[in-house]
Amino acid sequence: MDFNDTPEEAAFRLEVRGFLKANAALKGTAGPANFRGEIGAAELAAAKAWQATKAAAGYAGITLPKRWGGREAPAIMQVIYAQEEEKYSVPTGVFDIGLGMCLPSVIHYADPELSDRLVPSALRGEEIWCQLFSEPAGGSDLAALRTRAERAGDEWIINGQKIWTSGAHLSDWGLLVARTDPTVSKHAGLTVFIVDMKLPGIEIRPIHQMSGASHFNEVFFTNLKIPDAYRLGEVGKGWRVSLTTLMNERLTGGFIIRRPDISDLVDLCRLLTVGDRPAIKADGVRQRIAAWYVRSQGIKLTQFRTLTALSRGKEPGPENSIGKLVNASMAQEIADYGLDLMDAGGLAMDPELAPLNMLFQEAFLATPGSRIAGGTDEILRNIIAERVLEMPADIRVDKNIPFNQIPTG
Amino acid sequence: MNFEFSEESLMLRDQARNFLGDRCSPKVVRQVLEGNQPYAESLWREMAEMGWMAAAIPEEFGGAGLGYEALCVIAQELGRVLAPVPFSSSIYLASEAILAAGSNEQRHALIPSLADGSKIGTVALAEGIGETNADTIATVAHNSVLNGAKWPVQDGLIADFAIVVARDEQGIGLYLVHLKGDKVDSSSISTFGPSHGQSKFVFNKTEAERLGRVGDHWPILQSVIDRAAILTAFEQIGGVEVCLDMARDYAKGRTVFGRPLASFQAIKHKLADVFVELEIARSNAYYGAWALSQETSYLPRAAAAARVSATEAYRIASKENIQTHGGVGFTWEFDCHLYYRHAKTLALRLGGARFWMNRLMDHLEAPTSAEERMNGF
Repeated sequence: MDFNDTPEEAAFRLEVRGFLKANAALKGTAGPANFRGEIGAAELAAAKAWQATKAAAGYAGITLPKRWGGREAPAIMQVIYAQEEEKYSVPTGVFDIGLGMCLPSVIHYADPELSDRLVPSALRGEEIWCQLFSEPAGGSDLAALRTRAERAGDEWIINGQKIWTSGAHLSDWGLLVARTDPTVSKHAGLTVFIVDMKLPGIEIRPIHQMSGASHFNEVFFTNLKIPDAYRLGEVGKGWRVSLTTLMNERLTGGFIIRRPDISDLVDLCRLLTVGDRPAIKADGVRQRIAAWYVRSQGIKLTQFRTLTALSRGKEPGPENSIGKLVNASMAQEIADYGLDLMDAGGLAMDPELAPLNMLFQEAFLATPGSRIAGGTDEILRNIIAERVLEMPADIRVDKNIPFNQIPTG
Repeated sequence: MNFEFSEESLMLRDQARNFLGDRCSPKVVRQVLEGNQPYAESLWREMAEMGWMAAAIPEEFGGAGLGYEALCVIAQELGRVLAPVPFSSSIYLASEAILAAGSNEQRHALIPSLADGSKIGTVALAEGIGETNADTIATVAHNSVLNGAKWPVQDGLIADFAIVVARDEQGIGLYLVHLKGDKVDSSSISTFGPSHGQSKFVFNKTEAERLGRVGDHWPILQSVIDRAAILTAFEQIGGVEVCLDMARDYAKGRTVFGRPLASFQAIKHKLADVFVELEIARSNAYYGAWALSQETSYLPRAAAAARVSATEAYRIASKENIQTHGGVGFTWEFDCHLYYRHAKTLALRLGGARFWMNRLMDHLEAPTSAEERMNGF
């Protein structure tokens, strides 16, 4: 066990620090952060500019082949970059889904020509991706999805509806899972496709979230045509491709609001007072901070353990589910506790009045979504119980009958 | 960077698991719990032959000099079986205190006998109910004579000597007291712990020898306690692993409402939560293990995080193990209660969760410079 850098790692870290210092602002020194996840033209331009800067310096695809602009470096270098970037206020959110979830599946399943076309432009931030998975009838029960893909010569005709699609309105490409055969059991009739989001036959409607923001959408397909060359994996093997994407979602955290984090809470507790002293000196407050600190530290270190395994050529295991499970709930609890410390004044949702640019108020309304997106708490617990602890699967009454004979309603 | 134990450590872990699985069944623990034996003496002798006590002790003092990673691995295995031996008293505490505060003469006189297991040492710090700290210690040393009382002292009745924490002219001093003979009034205290005796010492003009380093020993003792906290965290993690396995295996084997108990989400989600606690605690402990072997400035913070996290994980795992078993989990015959008892024993031993959370906060509040933020985890 050695948490110190090797000489190569230390050299790389130094290089990364130099790059970040020259090109980004440290957290806490930058302007107001965008906690709502809402991305307007200015935010989009800033995000694309940052991704382009990163890619030009070779930090966008650290483990990827050089022909795509990567470095072919070990996974541990990716960790080092992430550790350093985390200290800076940089707009990465809009690329999380594409780079973290969609591209690993593309790289794994697409032929080299298609990868060559799609990967470098995504790394440079020129093209944005979304994940077209969830449907009104298929959220936690993803394999219950109904969007149809029917073959017509060299093309597929898509009809149906997706929902909760983060960033669909900003996206150039989407990763779609659709039903190609309703006469077989539900997991066996699925196929994955790459969708050009600018084509006719796609309608995108924003969803107004409980937080007031709109970063995700409903996406409707009406006779959308996709060339067969844009199919990922074999026909009917879409469930397996989807699992690759979902596992990477849990590894990267997907589109999860992780603020307020432990350092936000510490900042708040230095500002506020309890009785006649700073909140951070109050015994009860200290207990809460300490408890959350060891959790957030534990998750961070668990991710490094996972990446150690990754760098030795092992697959990321289902134990990665714990990071998202813990962090989403913790952010919600910290937001709630922060408001509590503000007493009646905590009601003010006004950047002039609320501390830390009203982070805690925003997060109070945004964090319920984090416990649902990317696998609900309950689904993640099922995954841990079944895949890690090897406990029996839930009883699934629809598992072995043809999809078109499953009762609906 | 590497966040996993070395191959050698993993081999040692497998050896220790096989050996202890064979030699330290719950029956051995119950011999101590039910008052038939003060500790598992034959197990202790075999552990000494295998060189476990000597593992992290420098070769100069009769140790193997394998480093602390080896000791962490052994601690985890001892924790899995609730080993009723004075390993933590003698090795994490007494040996470390003498190494840190003793004169060279004292180290050469005492440590080799701890390394080969021929002598047992302990540290007497607590003075009854409530937090013991530099301000509260009432045991006094004057001209190498002690007056005061200490309780509970783990393994006090089987120890050959104790390192007693007392107030003196230099602040706080660590005093060597030989226990064999009748110079110390020592008595056994009943406890809920399953695998270690606790005792009370009363000092009435008791002769003692100050450990050699001049000056206040309190900071040295704090460092010893931090190190012991990391090793204890590994014992706690061993216990969490076993609780989780016990609960899972029982639930898989038990049929209720016509299907395995383990197929109900109420049970699956409960045990998934225990797994989460385990992994959080394990990661914090690994970081502690690294800090221990590196002498890094982060050691106090890493130690407090490892301790807070392991204590919480064991608390949850041991109580939910009983709950998963239902009624049988509440019987004397099932082993669930041994772990429940031991979880709280380890939680209190070096000071409770509230104490350690405050200690963690003290360390967290201090480093806020940009440089620390740049370097820190």
